[in-house]
Amino acid sequence: MPSAILYDATLCIDCKQCEQACATQNKNPYTDDIGKEQRTSDHKFTYVHDTYGNEKFMRKLCMNCLDPTCVSVCPVGALVKHKEGPVSYNADACMGCRYCMVACPFGVPKYEWTKTIPRVRKCIMCPDRVLAGKQTACAEACPTGSTLFGDREALIAEARKRIAAEPGKYVPVIYGLNEVGGTSVLILSSVPVETFGYPPSLKYGEKPLPPLTADVLEHVPQVVTVGWAVLGGIWWITNRRDIVKESEKP
Amino acid sequence: MKLPKITFWRVVFVGVLALGAFSAYLRFFRGLGASTNLSDQFPWGIWIGFDALCGIMLTAGGFTLMGAVHVFNIKEWRAIARPALVTAFLGYLLEAFALMFDLGKPWNIWHPLIMWNPHSVMFLVGWCVMLYLGIMALEFAPVIFERFRLEKPLRILKIVSTPVVITGVVVAVIHQSALGSLYLIVPGKLHPLWYTPLLPVLFFVSAVAAGLAMTVFESTTSARHFNHALERPLLLSIGRVLLITLIVYGILRVHDLFHTGSYRYALTLGYEANMFWVEMALTVIAPIALLLVPKVRNNPFSLYIVSIITVLGFVVNRLNVAVTGMEAASGVRYVPKWSEVSVTMMMVAFGIFWFAVAVKYLPIFTHEHERPAAAPELVKAA
Repeated sequence: MPSAILYDATLCIDCKQCEQACATQNKNPYTDDIGKEQRTSDHKFTYVHDTYGNEKFMRKLCMNCLDPTCVSVCPVGALVKHKEGPVSYNADACMGCRYCMVACPFGVPKYEWTKTIPRVRKCIMCPDRVLAGKQTACAEACPTGSTLFGDREALIAEARKRIAAEPGKYVPVIYGLNEVGGTSVLILSSVPVETFGYPPSLKYGEKPLPPLTADVLEHVPQVVTVGWAVLGGIWWITNRRDIVKESEKP
Repeated sequence: MKLPKITFWRVVFVGVLALGAFSAYLRFFRGLGASTNLSDQFPWGIWIGFDALCGIMLTAGGFTLMGAVHVFNIKEWRAIARPALVTAFLGYLLEAFALMFDLGKPWNIWHPLIMWNPHSVMFLVGWCVMLYLGIMALEFAPVIFERFRLEKPLRILKIVSTPVVITGVVVAVIHQSALGSLYLIVPGKLHPLWYTPLLPVLFFVSAVAAGLAMTVFESTTSARHFNHALERPLLLSIGRVLLITLIVYGILRVHDLFHTGSYRYALTLGYEANMFWVEMALTVIAPIALLLVPKVRNNPFSLYIVSIITVLGFVVNRLNVAVTGMEAASGVRYVPKWSEVSVTMMMVAFGIFWFAVAVKYLPIFTHEHERPAAAPELVKAA
């Protein structure tokens, strides 16, 4: 059962319980000062964006894409998409090429730049909890129901219901429904999510990004066989010319 | 024991090495954050843009010349195939070394061997580097065997030489284009003046041009330095092929800009547009215009100058893809830290040093039939 997170920004009160729960879950430090940090980093995988005033808040976290770009670009398969939703990371496999950071359309993966044995850090959607049938730490901690965890289809239905019930309240889109092929994090908001730094829906469209390179890589076996045959043929011809020339010598 | 003479370049070399060693200390004992200006917004800098992209591009003379001589049987290019192969072999070894600095956990560099992700261009790149290094070792081995007059292994290598060379060309071509394919996944981040589905093809064709130019450049330089004379007809025919390759590249690049509509971005003034025009001037406009003049094309010295322009131009091109074109979307301006520049300079210094050593002690510019009857003792030569 593919699960997802539904974040309804209109219910968020900026209590930062999700930030705290996330830090505990991922063994990250959490202090008042870290609570004030308005960005995700190697020690903060989610935060509540509150700089726009007017009681408009927005959570930032890994979108845990359905067809994740980071998973497709990782040369060693250190990033894995689970059918249940989470995109997890295996630090032991990682060699630190940082292609995932370059490729992620949402700019999510962060790096431990100050460490001599660095890891990629990001929200991994609590795979140990989710795979055990529990909800994510942030959803469990949310006191207002702003962050919900559940079946992706059910959450989409819920989101549609909310937009239909109060059409004036919401921007009439579920961000994450189809963006880059859909994500496991769905966002409802009364202001466009772009205001908070999410890429506009039109920027990448509704198609997943991995085929951009996968389609090219499919040609590699062809290039190898055709390349070999053509070069082999050319060699045979040029070499044969020499042999013929040699044999025609008196 | 005779002490080496102190010359200007030797002092520079030692200085670069000393600074590089200190940067290496910073990198491995203080981390990437302390030794680079890389950030979460800008995770790839000049260690990828220059050391990897330019480094590998400049080795392309290796597969081009090996293919031309051993597959296409262009005999007049023979004299220059070995220097080009040495450049390629050194270039790849240095690139593998440079990767140790850029990778966060370099001791895991072998992981693509056992942890497969065939959907990843980086996986393909890793395999190409490893395969081609092995192939070049086989291609280069005869140089060593000739030097020490080991006839038997030489005969064995001669039997497999053709399939080895063909495989080398195929792997190298895939690797060159794969470096362009790396950027196919960032349509929203790489500036439209450089993002195009044609990236793999452009990287391949430009590598051939830059590789040929590099071969002309270094062969001419070392020929002067070591008093070998390069044959005029050889240089001139390479100049003609360089011209054709540049024209093919220019047509592809310009046609693609109009096809994708990205030419519009070149018509506005700004950081990206300016860098684009510098690149176009050095890769297409200047070298093609110069090489079209028979007087320039048929003169070894002016051909040498054109080859320098071309090499510089494609270095700008690769840095534009890796740095200039990625800055706007990242929201930060990336300027490499001194220690990043110092490590890169160390790689260049190593490249020049080992090339000079190879040319001095191994039969690089000579041929089998010209080698001395008895191998001189290494100790005496050193």
